[in-house]
Amino acid sequence: MYEACNKAYVDAGIDPRKDVGSFITCAEDYWEGFSIFDEFVPDQIGALLRPCCTVCGDGLYGLGTAYMQIMTEVFDVVAVEAHSKVSDLLTYGDIVLHAFDPVYEKPVSGPVERPWYGGSPEYSEQDPKPLIGATDEKQRVHPYFLAGLEMQHYLKTTGTTEEQCASVVVKNKKNAYANPYADYELNIDVEDVMKSEYLFKPVKKYDIAPNVDGAICFVLADDKTAKDLGIEPIYLEGFGWCSETPWLSTRGFDALYAKKAARMAYKMAGITSPKKELDVIEVDDRFSYKELQHIEALGLAKPGEAGFMAENGDLEIKGELPTNPSGGSLGVGNSLEATGLQKALEIVTQLRGHAGKRQVPEVEKGLAQAWRGIPSGSGAVAVFGR
Amino acid sequence: MRMAEKKYEGYPKEAPGTHLRTSDIREKKVSYTWWEPEVQYAWSVGHAMSEFLKGLKQGKILGIHCKRCKRVITPPRSFCEYCYGPTDEWIELPDTGIIETYSISYLDPNANRIEEPILIGVIDIDGADEHHGFMHYFGEMSKDEIKIGMKVKAVWKPENEREGAITDIKYFKPLRGGE
Amino acid sequence: MKKDVAVLGAGMTLFRRRLKETGKELSYLAAKQAMEEAGIQKDEIDMVVMGTAPDAFDGIHMKGENLLDGAAGANKPYVRVFNGGGTGVFAPIAGWWHVASGVADVCLVVCEEKMGSCYPHPQTAFRHIWDPILDRPLNPNLVWLFAMEMNRYMTVHNIKKEDIARIAVKNKRNAVGHPCAQLADPNITVDDVLNSEVMAWPVQRLDISPPSDGAAAIVYCSKDVVGKYTDDPIYVGGVGWNIDSTMWTNRDLYFPRYVALAAKMCYKMAGIHNPTKDIDFAEPYDPFDYKEAHHTEGLLLCKKGEAPLLTKEGVTARDGDLPICPSGGLLGVGNPIAATMGQKVCELYWQLAGKAGKRQIPGDPRVGVGQAWGDIMQMATVIALRRG
Repeated sequence: MYEACNKAYVDAGIDPRKDVGSFITCAEDYWEGFSIFDEFVPDQIGALLRPCCTVCGDGLYGLGTAYMQIMTEVFDVVAVEAHSKVSDLLTYGDIVLHAFDPVYEKPVSGPVERPWYGGSPEYSEQDPKPLIGATDEKQRVHPYFLAGLEMQHYLKTTGTTEEQCASVVVKNKKNAYANPYADYELNIDVEDVMKSEYLFKPVKKYDIAPNVDGAICFVLADDKTAKDLGIEPIYLEGFGWCSETPWLSTRGFDALYAKKAARMAYKMAGITSPKKELDVIEVDDRFSYKELQHIEALGLAKPGEAGFMAENGDLEIKGELPTNPSGGSLGVGNSLEATGLQKALEIVTQLRGHAGKRQVPEVEKGLAQAWRGIPSGSGAVAVFGR
Repeated sequence: MRMAEKKYEGYPKEAPGTHLRTSDIREKKVSYTWWEPEVQYAWSVGHAMSEFLKGLKQGKILGIHCKRCKRVITPPRSFCEYCYGPTDEWIELPDTGIIETYSISYLDPNANRIEEPILIGVIDIDGADEHHGFMHYFGEMSKDEIKIGMKVKAVWKPENEREGAITDIKYFKPLRGGE
Repeated sequence: MKKDVAVLGAGMTLFRRRLKETGKELSYLAAKQAMEEAGIQKDEIDMVVMGTAPDAFDGIHMKGENLLDGAAGANKPYVRVFNGGGTGVFAPIAGWWHVASGVADVCLVVCEEKMGSCYPHPQTAFRHIWDPILDRPLNPNLVWLFAMEMNRYMTVHNIKKEDIARIAVKNKRNAVGHPCAQLADPNITVDDVLNSEVMAWPVQRLDISPPSDGAAAIVYCSKDVVGKYTDDPIYVGGVGWNIDSTMWTNRDLYFPRYVALAAKMCYKMAGIHNPTKDIDFAEPYDPFDYKEAHHTEGLLLCKKGEAPLLTKEGVTARDGDLPICPSGGLLGVGNPIAATMGQKVCELYWQLAGKAGKRQIPGDPRVGVGQAWGDIMQMATVIALRRG
């Protein structure tokens, strides 16, 4: 956290001990292994004896909170931090399962005796761990089965094919080669993805973004302060977030949260035709089909269209709607609550023109979207512009 | 859900909620569900703490110096939270200090009642800045003797039993004259 | 574009060691009460904020997600904030910035806690607040931490235990007028407290507030639309929050400097220049009786070391010059961590609106201050409400 925040403060040209009014961290206790994670935050982000708080949400929730805090005119500069130290979690699957409803959903998940695949720090592309399926009654089911359910629903209702989802994986893992922060770059093709084993049918091994550690810090300020610091800023023009019902049994599984969050963000940013006005987007792709589902929910494609866009190369960096040029979570890694900030970082980098080999040409506006992961139906959207 | 039956003057007008006693659960008057999460972590210790723990294994208490704030910090960290800069050189500190505060506890760590109290507190380590130290047990003193400001010294585990943990110190004992 | 924020209504559930209702149901009961008092429907709420403390109590990871339907958050912008024990005042502060920034016109804040779910005792969840390298291997009990701070406070200022015990008596008696109260006792005396079992000296059993289940809620609206709902609005005058270092052993615990800094931030915003004169009553956080004194000093309402004397002289009684914890506080009503918003913020609103019934402070209170505290002797959140 210290490293990431230091980088951000130097980039902004400020001293956190003097210039930053408020600090926000985006964290959940169980990701860290502490009750009251808030305690362990202030020192390393420069927040000692300053206003500092924890928002239990993705990094984009933190950006929205910072926006609101600055708009109250009480603060000029706010810092937002999010991180993932998922390598510390030895039982990642069980912790995600712990988010299920204790009365209706946990009891059908069964007891567990062995740690689960998916998040083990020794995981590598060349040496996949064997699947511990829900076929053995003594096993707890891995919560990612929900992704299987949702992908099944998505493929059926939109007519998207598994191959189209696979092309998303291929694109993102290739894009990751040009991203120095990415950890899971890989040169594969659709056939490799299709051949990888089914873990939660139809979700296959390569459809899942592997976990990664990292920390990201953003510094936001009002316009005047930015100009006084001599910075040509990228603007957070709008944000939105929304939560669907937590009940799995009554949820629509159509990423309604993304639709509504986008509506709120577009309204704030004054965007009326997103497909025309957005030049680059970073959407949550923790599972390959999610990228397509989110593109449609954001109003950038009709249901079923996103799959064709992926197949035709429209989502490539040089395509019509460059999507996840950073490599997304599939290429960079799933950084838990820092996912939103990883996406926002990419959009800001693109808008600044600093994206090197993965630079999308002529960008004026970008969008970052994140989801809070299984089993939630919550997500946030942020729109950036020059 | 049963609402409270009495209505009070003023707000809140009622206090909705159904009180449940432990006996209601034991006597199965209500149904409940049970879950034990498998929650295991292996935290990485970081640079500064690794050195500190190595020091403990060698029977030393280490501190670190921040040049800008001119303070000696223990337990040590890689950066100074006051000036937000990286910390500088390592310093070996004596294993003595004074009691900053303490408590006489008749509860053990699991909140069970015990006869012989546990003495626990915070020790300001000599050589470090004021109010810099850590929490530990006290031993070889009675609950009537212990007081804030008392000089104490660490009692270490034998070298072969030390693991590089805060428990390499068994407790702090009073520094009686002549030691 | 800073907008004034008014409180329209508040609600609270019963507080008990264990309630039958689930966290969602408790959130619903409190939210419904607040919305009824405010006279608003779910559609009129723009955004929802949830405040709730460690997930380990309810036994659900990301419990903010699980609770959102009870808190009217479904299909709405909903966020959960969490600052340890400070959440009780921090969640309403978060609600405040939703409206003050102009992003929302109407915001609902709900705080919920279900400590009873944690087996065998909620204390076990507190084992994980300690630093895993320096503190946890020593197997500390949470009460030790408070005992150490209490000892330091009493020693530095030379305060007698009975002066502190009097605070517990005041609050437990004050709570008799509160329908949600868990430990109200009209007959408790200082001797009862001094004779209660010693847990970790100097902390005794009756010095401590109990763990509880409960929920509370509050509805905010922007000044722009308040005319639709009420003629006599109660406004948020100021907010402040501050956090001290994780390394609690590197601080002198006798004075909570983080409370003073949070209070200064709040008072500056509220235009309070002379706290002892400008503030009519206060609800500082009182999970332990000495904490009320500690925080009263932190809120700059008296000189350091003097707070217990104020209670001795009757200044802090409901009919005194500076009523402190007229609700009965945590010691009297209960301590469901985040849901203590019921005593610390909802109470301010009810007192200022003249709706506190048996607990009403006489006279014409115009400014009230609420404070919560959290983490390892670290976090302070302060809010000031004013009438008109």
